[in-house]
Amino acid sequence: MSLHRRTWLKAAGATLAGLWVSACDRLTRNPNFMGFIGSAENLSRQVQRAVTDRNALAREFSPADISPDFRPNGSLNPRDPEYVALREGGFADYRLVVDGLVERPLSLSLEEIRALPARTQITRHDCVEGWSSIGKWTGARLGPLLARAGLKPEARYLVFHCADTLAEGPNGRYYESIDLIDARHPQTILAYEMNDAPLPVKHGAPLRLRVERQLGYKHAKYVMRIEAVESFAHIYGGKGGFWEDRGYEWYAGV
Amino acid sequence: MGKRRRVLVPRHGPVVRITHWVNALAVIVLLMSGLQIFNAHPALYWGQTSTFARPWLSIRMVETPDGPRGVTTVGNRYADTTGLLGWTGRHGDRRNQAFPAWATIPSWRDLASGRRWHFFFAWLFVLNGAVYVAVTVLSRRRRRMLLPTREQLRLRHVLAEVADHARLRFARGEAARSYNVLQKGSYLATAFVLLPMMVLTGLCMSPGFNATVPWLIDLFGGRQSARSLHFLTAALTVLFVLVHLAMVLASGPWNNLRAMITGRYAIELEEERT
Repeated sequence: MSLHRRTWLKAAGATLAGLWVSACDRLTRNPNFMGFIGSAENLSRQVQRAVTDRNALAREFSPADISPDFRPNGSLNPRDPEYVALREGGFADYRLVVDGLVERPLSLSLEEIRALPARTQITRHDCVEGWSSIGKWTGARLGPLLARAGLKPEARYLVFHCADTLAEGPNGRYYESIDLIDARHPQTILAYEMNDAPLPVKHGAPLRLRVERQLGYKHAKYVMRIEAVESFAHIYGGKGGFWEDRGYEWYAGV
Repeated sequence: MGKRRRVLVPRHGPVVRITHWVNALAVIVLLMSGLQIFNAHPALYWGQTSTFARPWLSIRMVETPDGPRGVTTVGNRYADTTGLLGWTGRHGDRRNQAFPAWATIPSWRDLASGRRWHFFFAWLFVLNGAVYVAVTVLSRRRRRMLLPTREQLRLRHVLAEVADHARLRFARGEAARSYNVLQKGSYLATAFVLLPMMVLTGLCMSPGFNATVPWLIDLFGGRQSARSLHFLTAALTVLFVLVHLAMVLASGPWNNLRAMITGRYAIELEEERT
């Protein structure tokens, strides 16, 4: 190949690459396009829901598999005054509120939550960033708790309101939501113990959601209130979660 | 010696031509959005979990007494890759940038958007690939085009082809009608091993899929192993594309491009003297 031809090819290649990169950037800034390619999330969810038994369990591991370096993420030590006061009181004044579309709203102390039907599981936590850690969780099963509160027929989602503020601005408070398939899944628990010890603050004390079969950001920490809703469109950014409002998928099973 | 005559022979059917270009688009988007996703946690591990202090591969910005450097580590070996991998090398920049902005979609750090691009084009890639595989397996002509003949599989023949390729000497005349054994081998390996591996290792990173098909992740040695294999298989795919493009350029780019666009490939035949 002649030198001239090689220079020409290189220039053409660089120009094409530059055009390609700026085209992709422009498309990423276009909400219609991102909404369109984001629709693949619905396809992924429907296909996974169709081929997966709704009670299929996430893999459980043996105690030897537990990660000594389980990484915390998101809020590590919330500075919200309400939370700081609870933490300083050893969570003695903590109450989990269950309300919204329920027949019998609840307000439960940690003692009462510990008395609920519990489950212990050693599972792998997969972060959306790409890393994984294995931990042992003990907590109250969400299914029986919901049965106690009595979901109204129009309830379709549970919204988990958290104590921590993770970003500045009006929608900076952490929250998450799941549907009733995941809510009633046997491994879905409100964990108060991690690796046989009280749940540490950096992992969400006093109570964190475990919704195995989904990525880490669904596992809301510092849960204060569970609200049963028909739709989450009116809550914060309307996408059903702190990270969902920032572009991440609501269905985090992929 | 007879006069040479150039004839256009049918090479690729419409389905293969369309799926080839859709696949090319999907693979480019998947690669670049995949690098965006990798940049969110630029380290790889073996097994189920991340042993954060001991990745087998990491691409990171490291603070040194002389300021930040981009450092790529593989096992116990490391290399300063400032300007390309780990750190941009721009003064005042203190961000970890494993793969550079020009290699990712979008060019800025945005995991959420990178995932959207990745999963949309993953579906496109899988559906398009399924059409290609179905046509290839069902069509007798296509099967004959890709499967090596007994003659081609002889060691001496393979070695001779390797020697010819190394000298950039390509088949002419009648011999150019069909793929040579190295083409057949690399196309088969890419379409039926490498790219399906990309899909399977990718699926194993989905916690929902893992609950559905728990044995597949064990086959790959755990979730972090699957992530490592996904990355390594992507690297092999890049290698295939580079060699493929080099071969297309060296063996007549316009003729090859025409064959994949119009379906017709030119070969030169000896004119029979009368």
